[in-house]
Amino acid sequence: MLIINCPYCGERPEIEFRYGGEAHIARPADPSALSDAEWTDFLYNRTNPKGKHAERWRHIHGCGRYFNAVRDTVSDFFVTTYKTGEARPDIEESAR
Amino acid sequence: MTGAFRTASGGRIDRSKPVAFTFDGQHLSGFSGDTLASALIANGIHLTGRSFKYHRPRGILSAGTDEPNALVGVGRDEAHYAPNLRATQVELYEGLKAESQNRWPSLKFDAGAVNDLASPLLPSGFYYKTFMWPAKAWTKFYEPKIRAMAGLGRAPEAPDADRYSQHYAHCDVLVVGSGPAGLAAALAAAASGVKVMLVDEQPEMGGSLLASRDASIDGKPAQQWLADALAELSAADNVTLMTRTTAFGYFPHNMIALAERVTEHVAVPDPELPRERLWQVRAKEVVLATGALERPLVFPDNDRPGVMLADSGRTYANRYGAKPGKRAVIFTACDAGYRSALDLAAAGVEIAAIADLRRNPAGELPAKALAAGIEVRPSTAVTGTSGRLRVSGAALTKMGEYDFGATQQIACDVLLMSGGFTPSVHLFSQSRGKLAFDPVLNCYVPGTSVERERSAGASRGLFELGAALEDGYAKGADAAKAAKGAKAPARAFAAQAPRLGTDGHIGATPHNRNPAFAKAFVDWQNDVTAKDIKLATREGFRSIEHIKRYTTTGMATDQGKTSNMNALGIVSDALKTPVPQIGLTTFRPPFTPTTFGIFAGAARGELFDPARQTAIHGWAAEQGAIFEDVGNWKRALYFPRGNEGMHEAVARECRAVRSAVGIFDASTLGKIEIVGPDAAEFMNRMYTNAWAKLEPGRLRYGVMLREDGFVMDDGVVGRMAPDRFHVTTTTGGAPRVLAHMEDYLQTEWPDLDVWLTSTTEQWSVIAVQGPLARQVLRPLLEGIDLSKEAMPHMSVREGTILGIPTRVFSVSFTGELGFEVNVPSEHGRKVWEAIYASGQKFGITPYGTETMHVLRAEKGYIIVGQETDGTATPDDVNLGWAVGKAKKDFVGKRALARASMSAPDRKQLVGLFTVEPQTVLEEGAQVVADPKAPVPVPMLGHVTSSYHSSVLGRSIALAVIKGGRGRIGQKLFVPMPDRVIEVEVTEPVFYDPKGERFDV
Ligand SMILES: [Zn+2]
Repeated sequence: MLIINCPYCGERPEIEFRYGGEAHIARPADPSALSDAEWTDFLYNRTNPKGKHAERWRHIHGCGRYFNAVRDTVSDFFVTTYKTGEARPDIEESAR
Repeated sequence: MTGAFRTASGGRIDRSKPVAFTFDGQHLSGFSGDTLASALIANGIHLTGRSFKYHRPRGILSAGTDEPNALVGVGRDEAHYAPNLRATQVELYEGLKAESQNRWPSLKFDAGAVNDLASPLLPSGFYYKTFMWPAKAWTKFYEPKIRAMAGLGRAPEAPDADRYSQHYAHCDVLVVGSGPAGLAAALAAAASGVKVMLVDEQPEMGGSLLASRDASIDGKPAQQWLADALAELSAADNVTLMTRTTAFGYFPHNMIALAERVTEHVAVPDPELPRERLWQVRAKEVVLATGALERPLVFPDNDRPGVMLADSGRTYANRYGAKPGKRAVIFTACDAGYRSALDLAAAGVEIAAIADLRRNPAGELPAKALAAGIEVRPSTAVTGTSGRLRVSGAALTKMGEYDFGATQQIACDVLLMSGGFTPSVHLFSQSRGKLAFDPVLNCYVPGTSVERERSAGASRGLFELGAALEDGYAKGADAAKAAKGAKAPARAFAAQAPRLGTDGHIGATPHNRNPAFAKAFVDWQNDVTAKDIKLATREGFRSIEHIKRYTTTGMATDQGKTSNMNALGIVSDALKTPVPQIGLTTFRPPFTPTTFGIFAGAARGELFDPARQTAIHGWAAEQGAIFEDVGNWKRALYFPRGNEGMHEAVARECRAVRSAVGIFDASTLGKIEIVGPDAAEFMNRMYTNAWAKLEPGRLRYGVMLREDGFVMDDGVVGRMAPDRFHVTTTTGGAPRVLAHMEDYLQTEWPDLDVWLTSTTEQWSVIAVQGPLARQVLRPLLEGIDLSKEAMPHMSVREGTILGIPTRVFSVSFTGELGFEVNVPSEHGRKVWEAIYASGQKFGITPYGTETMHVLRAEKGYIIVGQETDGTATPDDVNLGWAVGKAKKDFVGKRALARASMSAPDRKQLVGLFTVEPQTVLEEGAQVVADPKAPVPVPMLGHVTSSYHSSVLGRSIALAVIKGGRGRIGQKLFVPMPDRVIEVEVTEPVFYDPKGERFDV
């Protein structure tokens, strides 16, 4: 079982957390301005990389806060975690 | 029978404590400290089971976890019966009852052995080749037959009466295995001052030292050194020692799962203690000192009872004082076989001969054997054995340069074999460490680590005693340093033990027998022979992962502990490909079979999936309510009176609500309190409705969409104050809705000043519904005027009831005048009982969820998840009116603008009347325009809700039908297996379509 570092609480076991999908996909400020194709892209299309992946997690059985993490989808290990709203850390993109 | 095969003295058994036990009903005796296997061997019994496929007689092969044959069922009764236990690990206790498995009618005469004669018909892939057709025959015929014939133990008939507990632990250094390397590692880590756990699966610590005869460490006999080392560790405050504890799983971030057997070995267990404990240990650093497993040799008839691993034979003699036979033949490819020969000779076993595959065995041990006068035959293979239920002789064949020489039959009652040792890398492999092939040892050893662990001693190929001790100490010191920066004092070990060298053999050994009939077993437990694996390679299989699945080698409960390397060797030989290129199968947890009980822990029976009960549950139960499960909630389904069935009870309850008054426990509704200066703005964004103009004191029915535009939840929302909303959700949807809201609030709109609090458990909700509802409640309320002028439909007021603060909603899910009384749940039952008492003179009737469903269906109210399935827009279910079209944005709005979301042929909610009014449709039934249309019949939609309506005196149904609103008045059909039901499409509101009954 992984240990995940909640940016608010510290290290906690994986079972306290819930996955929240890819990070840094902001809801458009004015959805009505988007074409159907753009909206579909926002709604459904995700990068699904082999390697470093920025994603959202929620410390659901703890502080309840959402935060972001970079996880390596090959090793399953977390590279780093950071607060919602902070920029994605400068970690090299995965090789596709 | 007494222990006729006991040595005169020695071993770690307690000869002052005899222990009586039975095996297949036979009364036998052993000693405290015996395993079931060692006690059987001391009684001259090797035959312990029948093989999986061919039902061949099988004996005890090993002395540990790798045992593939001697699987037994043990237990004093059905509720304490455990099948498939390895006799080599079952500790003897007074009165132990063990039985062999997979034989009928008896172990000595097994009718299934006919499979052995038919074995040419059972090649590898037999199951795939034979039972492919017809598909139905598999489940009906083949599988039950095969299961009955080829099998392991039987499942007990009674539920497990034992208790299992689950624990967590943390340490700096976890050492797995207490052989020389593990002990040395623990000594180093302990001396560094860090927190150490040392675990071992056996009842005693010491690993290979427990079977030592003539080795010495630091000038002391090895077993004395062991006692001193354990005393040193026991005295240290920073060390925890755990025996009978198997590290069976290695999970990410150094989480190791341990199975501790607490009472399994005790005749009369302490009832306060659990049978087993699961430990989830988080270790900063891990030392894997898991030792090595001896490889069998793959030669014809190598599965006869009495054929065993050489080091195991030595273990029985040295550790348990049990001679595996009177006259032994040793077949070896390494020096370990000689060590066993010497130790058995010392125990009084005659050594008939040592057959050595090697041309020139020249080590220290072979020299000792020669000096002891043991007959050594180099370049010799065992090419067969004789005997039926026990080996009675071995065929020793000289191997020449190019062909086979003479064969001699040598009488023996035990045959010991050794192909060398394979490091036990299971846990390392589970930790996702990468294995490396060692060409000298011909086996895989730990390579690159992924976790914070290191292997020590034999588990990484260091088989010599001195090397294992030194390596263990270094690794223990390294682990302590890595965990805490701690430093271990320098320590050296002076070990004296004969050198084992690095020789060994993998694959099948040469023989001159007819290959069509020779059975040389690779996997004893799954009955896989060398021939089966060669056949798989001839049929084109190349990857060991495929060969494994096709032949089933290594797929038994022992996960191929004795078979994997030999299987690889045979494939390598057949394909003329080096072993590393063939690969290795993956080791997965658990290391040894682990009980379901230990995983379940306390989560059994009522605690398996705890039920949620409302504050009023007890009252309903006392009234004889029938309950249904809604999520984890228990909800009263109906309240039968006398001999009423559900139909009669529901009809009565419906009539009561429509004509007088009913009372309903709606406490399971999800509730969320939304508070803050931006609460209204947040509601505007989360729900389709417009909230800004909703005045405090008013209610509104809210619809929530997902971002893809489909209905996610609904519920009535009260505005308690400009900055406070009392939101209700569906019973099952509350956690999902709250998480959905939190997601948007935290990640999209953190600028909004809003707080979300789940209040589901805090409020009891008592719905009082029916034309007389007002009269029932009025005398109980203070500070709330229930008159229709002061409190119109869809409003909320705060006041008190019995002095208890309450929020009263004037709301109806029945179509009648109705109120929902919210009180803090600790007062729920008291208030319920007061309302019920007040309603007596009005004929107040408690009703359940079934009546609630009928009443709401009569009104055409949807239930999210029943009328909707995650693909319904608000308009599809006639909720278009609830969408605030003037709002610039809300979750789901953009998706609704897509053309397909308003296509005319979308499935729309309508009502259905069966032409025959008493016919009640089945929910989920398909609706078609022409039941005679050729298959596949185009389907228009399906029935979502269907009931008998007592107030209408006929059946009613809701359905979602393609273009349904345009079909009102049309006749459609519901085809059923036995008939076709004709229906008419109607408006979905069957009762009081104008809603006049809210305002009585
Ligand atoms: Zn947290």
